[in-house]
Amino acid sequence: MNAPVVTSRMNLPGAGNASSGNALELRGITKMFGALAAISDVTLSVKPGERRAVLGSNGAGKTTLFNCITGDFLPTAGLVRFFGEDVTVFPPHERIRRGLRRTYQISSLFTGLSVMDNIYLACCGVSRNRFSLIRPRPDDALVHAAGVLVEAVHLTDDKDRLVGELAYGQQRQLEVALALSGAPRFVLFDEPAAGLSPTERADLVTILTSLPAHIGFIIIEHDMDVALRVAESVTMMHNGRIFKEGRADEIESDPEVQELYLGGGHAQH
Amino acid sequence: MSVADQAPGFASAADQRMWSERIPAPWWIFGFILLLLPIVANNFWLFQIMGWTFILGMIGLSLMFLAGYGGMVSLLQMSIAGMAGYMVAILGPSGAANVSLGLTWWIVLPAAFLIAAIFATICGALAVRTDGIYTIMITLAVAAAFFYFTRQNYSIFNGYSGFNLVLPPKLFGVNWRDPVPFYYLTLACAALCYGAVVYLARSPFGLALQGVRDNPRRMAALGFNVTAHRVAAYALASVFASTGGILLVWQNAQIAPGTIGISSAIDVLVVAVVGGIRRPLGPFIGAFIYVLLQVFSTDILGFFGFSADRFKLIIGIGFLAVVLFSPDGVLGLWDRWRAGVAARKAATTGGAT
Repeated sequence: MNAPVVTSRMNLPGAGNASSGNALELRGITKMFGALAAISDVTLSVKPGERRAVLGSNGAGKTTLFNCITGDFLPTAGLVRFFGEDVTVFPPHERIRRGLRRTYQISSLFTGLSVMDNIYLACCGVSRNRFSLIRPRPDDALVHAAGVLVEAVHLTDDKDRLVGELAYGQQRQLEVALALSGAPRFVLFDEPAAGLSPTERADLVTILTSLPAHIGFIIIEHDMDVALRVAESVTMMHNGRIFKEGRADEIESDPEVQELYLGGGHAQH
Repeated sequence: MSVADQAPGFASAADQRMWSERIPAPWWIFGFILLLLPIVANNFWLFQIMGWTFILGMIGLSLMFLAGYGGMVSLLQMSIAGMAGYMVAILGPSGAANVSLGLTWWIVLPAAFLIAAIFATICGALAVRTDGIYTIMITLAVAAAFFYFTRQNYSIFNGYSGFNLVLPPKLFGVNWRDPVPFYYLTLACAALCYGAVVYLARSPFGLALQGVRDNPRRMAALGFNVTAHRVAAYALASVFASTGGILLVWQNAQIAPGTIGISSAIDVLVVAVVGGIRRPLGPFIGAFIYVLLQVFSTDILGFFGFSADRFKLIIGIGFLAVVLFSPDGVLGLWDRWRAGVAARKAATTGGAT
């Protein structure tokens, strides 16, 4: 198993070793919590623009995998490459500035701020303006970018409301919007459809499928209808390991997968 | 407690009114009272009470900026103010001519701000990796270390006796230590610092600082370097503390280790909490109450037959009462009273229709 290797941090975003040509490449990722291996020896690669669903029962290690990719946790062993660049030991904000984004399973928003300010803050984070002491003018480029994003997630009518006052479904939409700020190249969606109504789910599927083709993503989703409609390939996880990989339709009809996941007594919602 | 309690979002519907129209009427009245105060108030009130209130308010404001917006309770702010004050005494002229360099004011003042900012940045870098009570502990430790250092170091800080005869430069032919000029000087500095904090709260930096307070993990996932943001906040807050510190030296015409002792460091926290640590106005209200108690406690305590040095007892009881009954300080009490009046008004009009 490879130990994390520190490579030069001088690499420009995406300008690193391009030989693999993958947007995201994980090699032998293991994360131990004490003696417990939350994920072990996960090797995975996703091409630029590819949309991948990660399925698996609760505790299969899906969110831990996301945390290792974003840098919220450092993996115990293994290597993370983002567009060819070794980012294994980078802090989260360095990965975000290189075009990685994520959403959270439980909405993680600034509830005391308006919708617009939440998105504005997200736009600032990946710009040089983040330390600016000058208040933006209404014609500021970042304010404009935030306005575009508000529209993209259908929150224009509520843009001045406090996020804490929004309905649950709208908060989930905002959660997605925050992950699309700046110029994302690859997004990790952690159960974006959890708790949404059927109409809201359909809306979410539209948002995800209409993303620009160059933006790839990994989506953790329990709802097979959502997962298989937005993703072309599927990775099944079980007990912290990769159990099966393949095209969406192959996985759906695989008897072992059916046994483990669909028939395994885990209620679908 | 939320980020948005200051003003509606700037990214939201743009307020097209002139800045002068956006300031509510009570603020104009309050401002005029402060401007015209020298007509009615005597020198003791202008110099001792109001001057000291503004100074203590500015040092409290630097703590409010860190604690209210950044969630970092720092006991260092008096030390940072003291560092700036000491630099004015060391670099400029003072009674301790063997230590002071006697440089001119336009070198001394920028240097004092700069050195205090560097000091704040280094201490901030130490403190920001801790949370909650550990931040308090580490900043208290640095404050204590700096206090003992100034007391024992004679080559730079002139030890126990410190510096006397530290006077403001006679700019424009004005003696800035005269009560009326000093009152206006401290008022102007306090107003500038207050305005700066209100403005910064809605700038990208200030907004992000409040985001870091509420949800640091999400901020990192949006591309913000949380640690760098916190350290920068310490550096920025040092400007307000330094302004207060320099004015404090000029007011007392001296600085000694006692100025920056542990009890002074804690007094800054008391001032900010009593007034309301969530809003920029809070520290000034807290400072006013503190100064009134400090100055008039002799009379009050004497009336009840206690000795004057029991004044800390009154402060302590007041602090306990505020923390127990109104965690938002005096401003929180005021808010609740106004909400109560509004509710009763709504109830009566509701009953009438």
